[in-house]
Amino acid sequence: MADKSVKIRGKVKDGVAGVKTLISHPMETGTRRNAETGELIPAHYIEEVVFSHNGNDILTAYWGTSVSKNPYSAFSIKSAAPGDTVAVRWTDNTGASGANEITLK
Amino acid sequence: MEISSTRRSFIKGLVAIGALLALPATVLAALVRPSAAFDSKELDASIKSLFGDLPVEASDRVNLKAPEIAENGAVVPITISTDIEGVESISVIIENNPNPLSANFNLTDAVEAKIATRVKMGQSSPVRALVKANGKVYYSTKEVKVTIGGCGG
Repeated sequence: MADKSVKIRGKVKDGVAGVKTLISHPMETGTRRNAETGELIPAHYIEEVVFSHNGNDILTAYWGTSVSKNPYSAFSIKSAAPGDTVAVRWTDNTGASGANEITLK
Repeated sequence: MEISSTRRSFIKGLVAIGALLALPATVLAALVRPSAAFDSKELDASIKSLFGDLPVEASDRVNLKAPEIAENGAVVPITISTDIEGVESISVIIENNPNPLSANFNLTDAVEAKIATRVKMGQSSPVRALVKANGKVYYSTKEVKVTIGGCGG
């Protein structure tokens, strides 16, 4: 499951888990041109990201081309404890995907 | 006697299968990428595509944190939060971007109604945060000035 494309940080405080994720991805809009050849660089962006807690999907993000390169997301899980797992999986418009999981401390 | 007990368990089985089928169906129904809304190049059409005929109103209960001046349009940090109960989704729209809809986060009860993300802005634009809850859409808007565009061509 471990995948270098996704970094997850999670911290439990007073039963609430703050989660931050960073996904390595170009997030190409499809409107940029190659500076040398002048050719359009094809769109290449993450369309869907699913965040889960102990195996249950809790947050589903749909993105367009205007989410920044190497997308950062942060959110909080209302009720969490050390030992719980938090996982992220993503799919882009080319069908590529990635996933990672951490155990909360 | 035996027939009826078989029949009963058969019906029980049907009910169980029905329950199993019904549950994921309702969950899945809510989770389809709103591709038409993302593809739309027009603000009103995108909002209409995303929320249908739900009433849309400005609300100061939608808290949108964004820089007044973004030096780099390629990375504009946005945080949206609200104290409205029963939030189903939080969306970000950059009004002057070629495709205004940037991100659409679908929440469950397990998650606090606060999301941080980073978006690209081609030029200065009003940024709109939209929160869908209880059959309504609440939004607030903030003007963000961009000194270097982030959708460069």
